[in-house]
Amino acid sequence: MPHFASLYNLAFWLTQDRATAEDLVQETYVKALKGFPSYHQGTNFRAWMYRILRNTFLTTQAGLKAAVSLDSDDVRVVEPATDQTPEVFFLTRVEQETIRRTLEKLPMHFREIILLCDLEEMNYKEVGLALSIPIGTVMSRLFRARKAMRLLLAAASQGAKA
Amino acid sequence: MSCELWRDWIDAYLDDGCTPEESAGIEDHLNTCTACAAEALARLRLKNATRIAAADRFVPAPDLRLRIEQSIQNPRNPISAIPFVAFPRFKFPVLTKQWKQGLAGAAAALVLVVIVGSVWWSRSAGRQQALAQLLDMHVATLASSNPVDVASTDQHTVKPWFEGKLPYTFNLPVLDGTPFKLVGGKLMYYRNRPGAQLLFDLRKHQISVFILQDQPGLTPKSLGVATERQRGFNEETWSQAGLRYIVIGDTSAADVRALGDLLRAAGRQ
Ligand SMILES: [Zn+2]
Repeated sequence: MPHFASLYNLAFWLTQDRATAEDLVQETYVKALKGFPSYHQGTNFRAWMYRILRNTFLTTQAGLKAAVSLDSDDVRVVEPATDQTPEVFFLTRVEQETIRRTLEKLPMHFREIILLCDLEEMNYKEVGLALSIPIGTVMSRLFRARKAMRLLLAAASQGAKA
Repeated sequence: MSCELWRDWIDAYLDDGCTPEESAGIEDHLNTCTACAAEALARLRLKNATRIAAADRFVPAPDLRLRIEQSIQNPRNPISAIPFVAFPRFKFPVLTKQWKQGLAGAAAALVLVVIVGSVWWSRSAGRQQALAQLLDMHVATLASSNPVDVASTDQHTVKPWFEGKLPYTFNLPVLDGTPFKLVGGKLMYYRNRPGAQLLFDLRKHQISVFILQDQPGLTPKSLGVATERQRGFNEETWSQAGLRYIVIGDTSAADVRALGDLLRAAGRQ
């Protein structure tokens, strides 16, 4: 089974729950095998798999709930009151745990697009395929997602110092 | 174009979402603007940190793979008849209607093998391409009137010059008592990532050493030292502590190897 461990990792990041992630991976493989004739060679296989996984998740109760935030693109965070940019925080020391917690705090559509781009290293076209959105939307959503992440990280580094 | 506007391009540049012309424009700016170069470095660090923090964060239960394979093999499941490559206990299917339905899937399983194979092939082809591009950079450096940004034979001058310009550090060898001389170094960009290019002299021959963050396309399957010869230049590449080293020079393969040995020893310190 290709990409088994990385698909499971993504499923867990998406669902934030072990049992849901396990069911989701199982169903994804079943659907992928059934749908394989519709797979176009040359397109990114992981993007295609993720698309199945995601579409399956969005038909479940938990998925519907997670996707509610899809329309509201703002993340409520307190803007740091200092002129210290989050970048300075990274130049000093990157705390893995902080990044993980920050990713978990992000709305699902922000978290997944950052993971597809930075973890799975998909290009914009592949991310667009995985999420069924045009490239322009990929870029604007990614822009907002990263901004939200930097704000959350800046808030976290401020909280850690306070 | 103002820095404000360049900042909007940095993410796309680091994500490899720019055309070659756009990338060249950004690199020109990054080479002259310290503020934007620092911003790009910070964003690259966050990208890398995200990858490291998120990768293998959640590991599947040991039996999950088996459970899924068994559920796919369940006789009530029509796709169980697919001779999928991952099933070691494959029984030759009887030609039933069910199996005929699965035939498309059987072809799919074969395609799957082809895909996995072609990814691997394109990666090693990509490596050849990577070496060819770096050789071009080496040749361009030799032709340049300013081959290095920091000119010094002292590694204690050259190494600190890269601090704050790269998201990693590296060690340089002590060259006393060897025929090699350090000429200097410069910041270069390869595949939208900042890297170090160091220039060494050996009896009037110039050798470039590129030290880059390792990337899948650059990495041969085996981690050993790979030696190549291209257009009259000898090259050696290896991976060490997450860094990819590429040594290119118009010297003999033995000389390239000797400099490589010095660098590998320094990298272990
Ligand atoms: Zn600038």
